[in-house]
This record gives sequence, C-alpha cells and structure tokens, in this order.
Amino acid sequence: MKFAVLVFPGSNCDIDMYHAIKDELGEEVEYVWHTATDLSKFDGILVPGGFSYGDYLRCGAMASQSNVMAEVKKAAAEGKPVLGVCNGFQILTEAGLLPGALLRNKNLKFMCRTVQLKVENNSTLFTNQYEQGQIINIPIAHGEGNYFCDEETLAKLKENNQIVFTYSVENPNGSLEDIAGIINERGNVLGMMPHPERAANDLLGSSDGLALFKSIVKQWRESHVSN
Amino acid sequence: MTKVKIYVTLRESVLDPQGSAVQGSLAKMGYNEVSDVRIGKYLEVTIGETTRSIDDLVKEMCEKLLANTVIEDYRFEVEEEN
Repeated sequence: MKFAVLVFPGSNCDIDMYHAIKDELGEEVEYVWHTATDLSKFDGILVPGGFSYGDYLRCGAMASQSNVMAEVKKAAAEGKPVLGVCNGFQILTEAGLLPGALLRNKNLKFMCRTVQLKVENNSTLFTNQYEQGQIINIPIAHGEGNYFCDEETLAKLKENNQIVFTYSVENPNGSLEDIAGIINERGNVLGMMPHPERAANDLLGSSDGLALFKSIVKQWRESHVSN
Repeated sequence: MTKVKIYVTLRESVLDPQGSAVQGSLAKMGYNEVSDVRIGKYLEVTIGETTRSIDDLVKEMCEKLLANTVIEDYRFEVEEEN
C-alpha cells in the first residue's frame, strides 16, 4: 500500500508520520508538497500535524485552500482513506471534509502529554484492529483541539456512529462530548487531535497507535485481493 | 481603490475562553462593571479595480476563507478611496 504524507509550510509531524509508515508499519510512503496537483498514484492520504502557515487567520484555514487539498477531496470522493492528525484534523474541517471546527482549548493552555482514548467505533477502516471500547494511550500536543459543532451536527454524528475516539478519564481541551476523533459519513475520512504516529513503538512510550495504521492496510488488502 | 473593513467574531453560541480570561483580568483591576468580553478579528482589505460588486466579492471571500461560519460571524463596511 502506498501512502502520501502531505507537507505544508509549517508542518512538523510529517517526519513522525513518514517514520511510522515506513519503519514501523513497513509500507511505502512519500512526502507530497502542498503544491502537488496529482495524488492518483497513492492509496491513502495522511495529513500530518504542525502549524501550517503559522496558524495565521485560523488553524488549517489557508492550508485548506492549497492545490493539494483539491486532490485530497478527489481522493476522498473516490473512497480512498484520508487521515488528518492534529493540524491535519483542523485542515480537514476547514476544507469541509469533516463537520465542525476546532476551537482554542478551554483552559487556554497548550496541552502536551499522553492521554487515554476510548475506541467508540471499531467498525471503521481505521479502527478494525482495536476492540470496541478499548482504552489506548496516545499522545496529544495542541492548543486548539476543542472540538465544536452545532446540535444538529452532533445528533447526526451520534446517529451515524461517526464519533470514533473520545477522551477517557480526563478531557484535555473541553471538546464537545469528549470528542477526540470523528469520521465522515462515508467512513473513509478520519480526523483526530491525538497523534497515533507518535505511538508506533514501545520505545517511544506506546505502540497503541500502530493498530490504526494496520487497520487501514488490512482493509485495503482485503478490498484489493479479489481484483 | 476601495477599502473594506471586515470584522470577524465568534458566534454567540461559541464560548470564548480568551474573552473570559480578559474579563477576569479587568475585574481584578476593579472594572467590575464589565459583564462580558468577546475577542474577534479586524481585517482591512484593499481592493483594486474589479468588474464585480464589492459586496458580493467580500461576502465570497469571507465565506470561503476569512471567516469559518461554523464558529464565526462576519460583517463589513465598504469605504471608497481615491
């Protein structure tokens, strides 16, 4: 399986993401600069964390208008898996690929620590290697991860099982319903504030994030084996 | 040239922790009459010659980039300049 790691001016988790895919997962991966106009050779798109465009105006706002995002929308429409982590999640909401928005953390602090997440939906292509309700340790590092959406959107998210991860024990940013990650209605675009790519090896404190990437590969292999 | 003053503010339904912190500071300084502070953004956009209506143009830019209407409202004032 071939992954693209998008790189914007100000991305800073692109190398972590690349490392997780190449060295821990053992799949193909390439960096793709934000000016790229063709993602057709990739099977999965990874939008990494960081501070694209210095978070000017709003987190992810300007990155969401870059050339490559038109291609990400195309890939998403084709059903390819798209994962946005941290700033990547913010970019996906700004691009309209996921509902809602990420606000400033309620306590106004930049939160950088490992948190416990609960897997709320293990029947997605991103979570099939987890148990339903499993508690996993994944690090966070963000100042604007307070997920917000209107009541109508929240009702829809619940109805369609689109809330994939919630914060367990403590909510670090004040997000609505303890939301840490959501998926689109079709089930192929996931956005999350915590960093699974930084939890891909026990030497780094946790390898609980690796199963997320393994899930993507498993689903991809199964859907391509018959062809 | 046309100068447009754009104000982007958080929607009323959205909490503003920055504003609350500033209100707290003002209260500590003795300004107890302040009951609420909301922080927003102010943009000055200068527009050159265009065949489009300024109102439509600014509205479009606000909807597409300058404001996120999930969490923000915007309003603007158009000033003619020579």
